[in-house]
Amino acid sequence: MSATSSTILNLPDQRTATLPKRHYLNNEDGLLSWLFTGDHKRIAILYLISITIFFFIGGAFAGLIRLELLTPQPDLVASDTYNKLFSMHGIIMVFLFLVPSVPATLGNFLMPIMLGTKDLAFPKINLLSWYLYWVGGLFIMAALVLGGVDTGWTFTTPLSTHYLNTHVVTAALGIFIAGFSSIFTGLNFIVTIHRMRAPGMTWFRMPLFVWSHYAASILMVLGTPVLAITLVLVALERTIGIGVFDPTKGGDPLLFQHLFWFYSHPAVYIMILPGMGVISEVVSTFARKRVFGYTAVAFSSVAIALFGFFVWAHHMFIMGVSNYSALVFSLLTMLVAVPSAIKIFNWAFTLQKGSITFETPMLYAFGFMGLFTIGGMTGVFLGALGMDIHLTETYFIVAHFHFVMVGGMLMAFLSGVHFWWPKMTGRMYPESLSKLAAVTTFIGFNLTFLPQFVLGYLGMPRRYHAYPPEFQVLNVLSTAGATVLGVGYVLPLLYLAWSLKYGPIAGNNPWQATGLEWQIQSPPLTENFIEIPVMDHEAYDYEWLAKKMEQEVTTVG
Amino acid sequence: MHISQVLWQFLIKWLTNSALFPREASTIAPYADALYFFLLTITVIGLVLVGTLIFGFSIRYRKEKHPVAEQIEGSTLLEATWTIIPLCLFLITFVWGAILYFRIYTPPANAMNIYVVGKQWMWKAEHPGGQHEINALHVPTGRPIQLTMISQDVFHSFSIPDFRVKREVIPGRYSTVWFQATTPGTYHIFCTQYCGTNHSAMIGEVTVMNPEDYQKWTQESTSGMSLAQNGERLFASMGCNACHNGSATARGPNLAGVYGSKLTLTNGSQALVDDAYLRDAILNPSEHITSGYAPIMPTYQGQISEDGLIDLVEFIKTLQSNYRVQETLTTADSNQQAPTTPGAVKP
Repeated sequence: MSATSSTILNLPDQRTATLPKRHYLNNEDGLLSWLFTGDHKRIAILYLISITIFFFIGGAFAGLIRLELLTPQPDLVASDTYNKLFSMHGIIMVFLFLVPSVPATLGNFLMPIMLGTKDLAFPKINLLSWYLYWVGGLFIMAALVLGGVDTGWTFTTPLSTHYLNTHVVTAALGIFIAGFSSIFTGLNFIVTIHRMRAPGMTWFRMPLFVWSHYAASILMVLGTPVLAITLVLVALERTIGIGVFDPTKGGDPLLFQHLFWFYSHPAVYIMILPGMGVISEVVSTFARKRVFGYTAVAFSSVAIALFGFFVWAHHMFIMGVSNYSALVFSLLTMLVAVPSAIKIFNWAFTLQKGSITFETPMLYAFGFMGLFTIGGMTGVFLGALGMDIHLTETYFIVAHFHFVMVGGMLMAFLSGVHFWWPKMTGRMYPESLSKLAAVTTFIGFNLTFLPQFVLGYLGMPRRYHAYPPEFQVLNVLSTAGATVLGVGYVLPLLYLAWSLKYGPIAGNNPWQATGLEWQIQSPPLTENFIEIPVMDHEAYDYEWLAKKMEQEVTTVG
Repeated sequence: MHISQVLWQFLIKWLTNSALFPREASTIAPYADALYFFLLTITVIGLVLVGTLIFGFSIRYRKEKHPVAEQIEGSTLLEATWTIIPLCLFLITFVWGAILYFRIYTPPANAMNIYVVGKQWMWKAEHPGGQHEINALHVPTGRPIQLTMISQDVFHSFSIPDFRVKREVIPGRYSTVWFQATTPGTYHIFCTQYCGTNHSAMIGEVTVMNPEDYQKWTQESTSGMSLAQNGERLFASMGCNACHNGSATARGPNLAGVYGSKLTLTNGSQALVDDAYLRDAILNPSEHITSGYAPIMPTYQGQISEDGLIDLVEFIKTLQSNYRVQETLTTADSNQQAPTTPGAVKP
């Protein structure tokens, strides 16, 4: 844990180092100063605490699901309870964790600093979005406490509207409200990026983290309202029976699928794009190189966002969409896989001729690249029409989207949290423990979800409470993996909390990274910069950084 | 070609025995598996490539070995390579997948039709000869079987993994899937679309039999009435024959030979008469007024089950002349079976 155990950690002398006197955390005191803050960094911290709470609630449900599936018999919980478990797991993880995870925490914290400005364009709307997130979250919790909801996170009609006696409307309302927090965050980012960049910060000098958030924000602003409308329709269908989805009233049950996936497919990119932004920053920093093909990576984010809107019907290949529209959606799905492939190779080649070190964020980033490659390639299986018929609605799809969203997104999130933790708190965490956590997570993850691909091809359907006995061995493996994975997630919670008080002082730029955020004090001042910086170099310019550090040494000397 | 087939058989046998791979029990399964192995191969190659690059560069250019990074902007040639090669692979996959999709979802004309009704939480199969089965399906080998499926309540999804076929079963509309079983045995039928409390209990078993055994099974499990005969009874008891009696002055259109024909509707549009059209015309008659007739038919929404609709549709399908309709007029009251016509499916 000492500074010498690291190869590049540029920590200040621990005997003399202290945190800066004034920073955003101690600028004002008291609970009210937090609850009424307009500071994007404090809002980011509020979000970080909130999503962590929901992540562990959602994770506990996942644990119960895996425990139930240890045996083929339905022995741990009743089937209604099981259905509520996977529904709440999905709803919480998707809407209260994955969607806000990177944008609302790291994005909120870093976007203004990376752009060289004092705050987001609309600080009050930013705070409002956090409140909306909690109001939505409380509605979802209310649905849980009142007896749960068993629609699955997909709210399929007419099951959700006509056949369930659970708290569907409450949960839908929660998601509806939480959706606005996502819309506001996206809006805030787009306006900030367009209007508030520091002098010299041209579009192509922006860090790729900002580019990926720009793309994700477009999806949030355009996609989320469609989800909101869909959920309102579900609530109306359920309460007053308007009949848009009900075939006996002339409605179309497939219409719901179209509307729902019109948001929920792009939502996958809302989740993954910001994660890709994190990976670009981390890989560049620990290879000490500009990201290979910066422009291609930037544009591939935007390409993913645009293509992402035109692939929703690939969730419906077996649902009786016409064969020819299936063709079009399959083709577009194949096209959207290309920019993802481009990114992977660009990151890999960023390493070439670099000067690579293996700090915790980099280990998580490597984990991301491996897992996301598997997640992305198995997506191609599902995009291939005839293959999708056999694989969809089985554990193959469960494994696939967990690889993308958990293996990908969560690894990226953890990578980002470990990367910017010293900036956010001014302190380092114990390095050996954090590396252990990264490795544990990677092993646990693979052990959990690789067997599920096999289960899926064997035909085990998803959302099954009990299953034929021949699937047991693979399920036991998967549950064992989930246990390891759980350890991997609890570890960071413990040592990061520990580091808040006892962690070594990190200094301004422990990783020797180039981003503007690393050129200011840690933790930053409330107003970020004493004077607005002028961006006079390209993003990831390590030569500029070397010169700057040399100058600092001579000035001090 | 020959040797690769031998290797294929060997691979499949080995994988099936290791329980990592489902049995291949339909004619489509080897095609699906071939695409699966192709995709598996490119995935593994891609993963090894990415892994090699990451590990290779990490070892070669780690800080101890390579203290100063060399800044590289990018390389159009390299980037074009990793754009074009994945694009080509994905396009091959797309075409391959599309061919397979059309193969799986285009039933041959000579397929034997079996109806399946999904409901919370069971599968009900109805054979043309009138055999009913719950959570079971008996089919012969060597003959294409088409399933015409509908749900009575929520979305269900009919899946037989060992056949590599699956199709959503939707409330309010027929969907179809077909297969040709190759190996006698029993295989799982799963409901793969989450459908409420007992979703995971909505499991059935398809029993594949030799044609002779199947013949025997049909004879042993007959209920004495074919679907069309059930439909005929329903047709009479619901009073359909009062208007659709086939005479020139009838208040409803003549149904003889109507199946498969094209009708001109009062709004001028043309409609092809298939199962879905007939079902909808019974439930929502006002939207399907045949040109020349008054919109007087009442809706039968809520008065007839999906099973009953299937029976009616089957009956109308078999109507090649008005002989049967007129017969029902006389048999309706007497509750007797009408004499069989040649060509009708026997129980």
